[in-house]
Order: sequence, then C-alpha cells, then structure tokens
Amino acid sequence: MECVFGLVGKGFAIVAADTSAVNSILVHKSNEDKVMVLDSHKLLGASGEPGDRVQFTEYIQKNVHLYQFRNGIPLTTAATANFTRGELATALRKNPYSVNILLAGYDKGVGPSMYYIDYIATMHKIEKGAFGYGSYFCLSMMDRLYHPDMSIEEAIELIDKCIIEIRTRLVVAPPNFVIKIVDQDGAREYAWRESIKSPDVSMA
Amino acid sequence: MSIFEYNGSALVAMVGKNCFAIASDRRLGVQLQTVATDFQRVFKIHDRLYIGLSGLATDAQTMYQKLVFRHKLYQLREERDMKPQTFASLVSALLYEKRFGPFFCQPVIAGLGDNDEPFICTMDCLGAKELAKDFVVSGTASESLYGACESMYKPDMEPEELFETISQALLSSVDRDCLSGWGGYVLLVYAALLTPTEVQEKILKGRMD
Repeated sequence: MECVFGLVGKGFAIVAADTSAVNSILVHKSNEDKVMVLDSHKLLGASGEPGDRVQFTEYIQKNVHLYQFRNGIPLTTAATANFTRGELATALRKNPYSVNILLAGYDKGVGPSMYYIDYIATMHKIEKGAFGYGSYFCLSMMDRLYHPDMSIEEAIELIDKCIIEIRTRLVVAPPNFVIKIVDQDGAREYAWRESIKSPDVSMA
Repeated sequence: MSIFEYNGSALVAMVGKNCFAIASDRRLGVQLQTVATDFQRVFKIHDRLYIGLSGLATDAQTMYQKLVFRHKLYQLREERDMKPQTFASLVSALLYEKRFGPFFCQPVIAGLGDNDEPFICTMDCLGAKELAKDFVVSGTASESLYGACESMYKPDMEPEELFETISQALLSSVDRDCLSGWGGYVLLVYAALLTPTEVQEKILKGRMD
C-alpha cells in the first residue's frame, strides 16, 4: 500500500514516498517517483489511484508554471496549497480525484511549510504528516521523535526510522522509497532507499 | 460511520450579559486517526460575528470561503457589516440551495446584533435554523454538550463567568467523545458601554487523547 510522509525541519522540508506501482497483486515497477517537483521550491508528494495521481499532479504542476509565466513571480506554497484544495473541492461533487497530497515548499521570508490535503479536499498546515497504511507507523514514530527545528541529519535519521518501521511491520511493505528535500537552495532529490533494485531491461 | 463523524468536531456557543462566547475543539481526524491538534473551526466574519462549522472539514472550509465571499460583496454594496440575523438567513439559504446534495456541515453562528444584543443560532446541514436564547451546540459531541450546557448554564452571566462555564462545558463533553478534543479554543466577545468591542481568544488544555 502506498505511503507518503514528510516533516518540516529547520529551514527545510522533507517528503518521502514509496516507489512501487502496483496493480492488484502485481508490482509493475519499483522505481515510480511519486514526489513531484512542482517548481524550483515546491514538492508535491501524492498517493492514491495511479491515473488520478499522475493526471492531477501534472495538472497542478502545469498551472503553477502557468502562473509563473503569466505573472513573472512564482506562487507561494500557501497559495499553491489553496489552489490545489480548490481544484479537489470543485471536482469532489462532480468527478472526484482519489489523490492524497503532501505539499511542501520553501518561501523566502516565510521559510519551509507543509500542507496536508486529503482526497476530499481537507487542507491543513502541518509540521509532520503521513498518508496510507504506513501512516499508522510513521505518525507514531514522528510523534515520539520529532521536535521543531530539526537538523537535516536528525530529520533523515527519523525518516529512515519510519522507513524501517514500515518495512518491519507492514505486511505488504513497499521495498523502495524516495526522499526529496526542499530548502532555500531549491527542491531536489535527496536519496533513494532501495532494498530491491529494479532489473535493467535488456535490449533484445 | 456517518459522513458527519468522519473528521470529528465539537462546537458550542453561549449567551451572556452583553457578551457571547463560542468554543470549539481542536482535533482534525480521519476516522480513528488524528491528523492535527490545532485545527480551526471557528471563523471570523466580522468584528462582531463569528461562525463555527462542525461536520466534514472539507465542507466547513468550502462553506467558510463561500460565506466570506458573500459577506465581502455585501460589505461592498451596503457599506456596512451584516447583522447576525441576516447572516444566519444567508447561511440557511446557501445550505438549502444544496438540498439534494448538501454540504455536510452544521454551523453555529454567534454575534452581537443591534444594541449589543448577543445572538446565537445553529442549523442542520439543510439550513433549518434553530434560534436559542441560552446556548447552541453542534458536532459529534453534541449530546454530551447539551447535557453539560443545560446543567452549567445560567442566564445573564458576566464575561469571566461565561468564559469559565463554556470552557468547562466543552472540556467535560469532549472527554466523553473519542472523535473530538485535543484541547479547546474559546472566543469571547464582550460589548461594554463606551469601549469598543473586546475580544478574548484562549486555547484550553484538556485531555490530549
């Protein structure tokens, strides 16, 4: 089952997600990137129905870019979160998207922030959050070990502990995870935590 | 589980002497899981009018955005703030518009009307208004709240006593409801002669579970 989780540290925010693309009992691939880089300083970790996830996150990404092209300045994280919630809320009673979102961003002057946006468009600004079956383990780990203004090393240590907990305790635990970070230098991939390497496709 | 119990909420508003208080819990949950402990359910419409929205959190947020929009338009046209009674009718109308596909939220409205007369009312998700002279409650803890308020309420309480009463009523009720709690938020608005309206906001620490 899909897990997305994240936390806000001192001057940065981290979003981690599992990387398996699953259909019923079949694992299509184990290196599916579910944390999208929205723009230079925003990350969008999404979990849910695969088609909706890709469609909706790409839609948000293109609209964020469009705003920047039209107005010359990027959207703030709060504005992006409210826009995303608005799209989910509008679609909710017509054609709902089954996508849970953790939006993390860094704004000059405001610092790092993270928003929890449910698939039914419940939005809340949070310091730590998680979606999926993994959340039962991650939220408890973070409740115990998280404190405000963590350093990057401490935060990665906590993320790793959450990943270990998911791998140990979740029955169909996803093998691989991707960790992405956003801080004043931008949004970028931080690391992969792989326990199963995807086989290289050999050209026939 | 009912859709009204998906996120969990508790709201209460009480009338005092030239003052009113509105209080809510702070939990945001997804069924059995607690997501946040600082969720805002009471919103300001203008200095003398507040609305609390219980029920499904997404609909509470959407309703609040629609109401702020309508009130700002009203302010532009009428060049004044809406009276609480008018606002209550607006909320009721907006909810009934969605009669066959409603917003799953139950508002609690509290404000100071003409002559600093406190006004409170609640309505169901379809907009059926219920005006009360003493207190109104809403949310998953509403049954406990009815009992607590009925026993603790006295008419014409001064602001300090009203604050105490509403806090105790809220905390004791949410302790009996697993879906609401994690602290409380109380807002007290007091209109005194010759001084501008005083607003007090306090966070309560209750049982954090």
